[in-house]
Amino acid sequence: MRERIDEIYRADSRRVLATLIRLLGDFDLAEEALHDAFMAALERWPNEGLPRNPRAWLVSAGRFKAIDRVRRRANFDAAVSRFAEDKDRTTPASLDVEDEDVPDDRLRLLFTCCHPALSPDAQIALTLREVCGLTTEEVAHAFLTPPPTIAQRIVRAKAKIRDARIPYEIPSRADLPARLDSVLHVTYLVFNEGYLASSGSTLTRPDLSREAVRLARLTLELLPDPEVMGLLALMLLHESRRAARATSEGELILLDDQDRCLWNRQQIAEGIALVERALTSRRVGPYSLQAAIAAVHAEAPNAAATDWRQIVALYDVLLRVDPSPVIELNRAAAVAMRDGAAAGLALIDGLLERGELTTYLHAHSARADLLRRLGRVSEAIAAYERAARLATQEPERRFLARRLSALRT
Amino acid sequence: MRYLCLIYENEKSYATMPKEQSDAVMADYGAFTQGIKDSGHYVGGNALQPTPAATTLRVRNGKVSTTDGPFAETKEQLGGYYLINAKDLNDAIQVASRIPSAKSGSIEVRPIQEFGDA
Repeated sequence: MRERIDEIYRADSRRVLATLIRLLGDFDLAEEALHDAFMAALERWPNEGLPRNPRAWLVSAGRFKAIDRVRRRANFDAAVSRFAEDKDRTTPASLDVEDEDVPDDRLRLLFTCCHPALSPDAQIALTLREVCGLTTEEVAHAFLTPPPTIAQRIVRAKAKIRDARIPYEIPSRADLPARLDSVLHVTYLVFNEGYLASSGSTLTRPDLSREAVRLARLTLELLPDPEVMGLLALMLLHESRRAARATSEGELILLDDQDRCLWNRQQIAEGIALVERALTSRRVGPYSLQAAIAAVHAEAPNAAATDWRQIVALYDVLLRVDPSPVIELNRAAAVAMRDGAAAGLALIDGLLERGELTTYLHAHSARADLLRRLGRVSEAIAAYERAARLATQEPERRFLARRLSALRT
Repeated sequence: MRYLCLIYENEKSYATMPKEQSDAVMADYGAFTQGIKDSGHYVGGNALQPTPAATTLRVRNGKVSTTDGPFAETKEQLGGYYLINAKDLNDAIQVASRIPSAKSGSIEVRPIQEFGDA
């Protein structure tokens, strides 16, 4: 039974927590209630057997325990005692929890943690802790921040949710697109931090990427929006190349040079299926389009067989949906592959002349690469040097240094 | 994970406290301790006698020297501690925030350095 309870804890504790937060309206109280509920289960289930619906049992037990706790603490905190009075008027029968509510509660929790009133840092920390179930120390480790700083950030975020009365709800239909954006954005940030760590000596932190994929699966399970499909597909397609992206010594390998046998076929198949589903919907957003581009790469048996016409066409659509200089840069690189290096170079030079991306590492490294292919060696060296000055990550810096020394010999 | 919650308070205020007030503090502590036992956080804890009962010792060149009192004179003195089990730092902070003395003094929460069994 002990093992069975541990199993239920692993599988369901986040869901129970989400429901308790909704019922109790307080993160900290809900966490204590979750803890109490599992303590009660350990005490009673071995004698009484597994309840018919363990999750609903845990929610009810947690809620009763919280009410007890608040009563005992009534003079400790006036604000919480008001809550106890409210609950006194609730009859026990109404405390039964409908299991159907539960999935929605996790989505509510995710939306609450990603509320635009919280800073992006707080959104990420709170999401990882409350929705993904990472400990404060794990969150701190992932972001190379001391645990007390993260703890403070979480405590402040929770206080803000309470004091600003941020509603614990899935936003209304009208607000949904904007709010879903921030949920997807946080998810993608977590993924990117794991896929291409923003600083430090190692290229990636796989645990964070796994959490992001799990988060997107959860969101998709609860909200089958095409952009959620698109984001999950995009992350799976990126993730599928993880084993091929670096040498055993941790050196970066570019897409063209990767050993495609190392790509994870299962993730690619799932990603492509999701992209296809997303694209058949009428609302195609930036994540789905980026996923579609990643899918075209994934479908090519080797770099030379890449369908660059299709990739350029997808970038054209992406630029209409979500214009940005970075996407223009990526499109320029694809144009260089379709129409030749000179065509791509003209586009990148145009971008840099507009004053955009002048401090963006990849603009200079892409330009350097095209100059190198055109045989304009001294200009290529200058561009690589410029890129190297902008690199913040050791593997990137070493990659650029290798390119430079190859050109100089 | 385990965390040590160190309770710092001005011990002079305790020495001059009326009896009914110190009884109330003791009752609060009793309830708090029972609470964290019920919730499974409790590992151990004790109140300490006031700093005049303390002896500080050092060994230098193989010789032990002792002095009366604590290592440093401070406005708030270490008066007791709890050793708790908590899910993570946020959980520990949540428990520590309910220690009665948090309202009058300060609580330092420190993770226990765990060494492997090997």
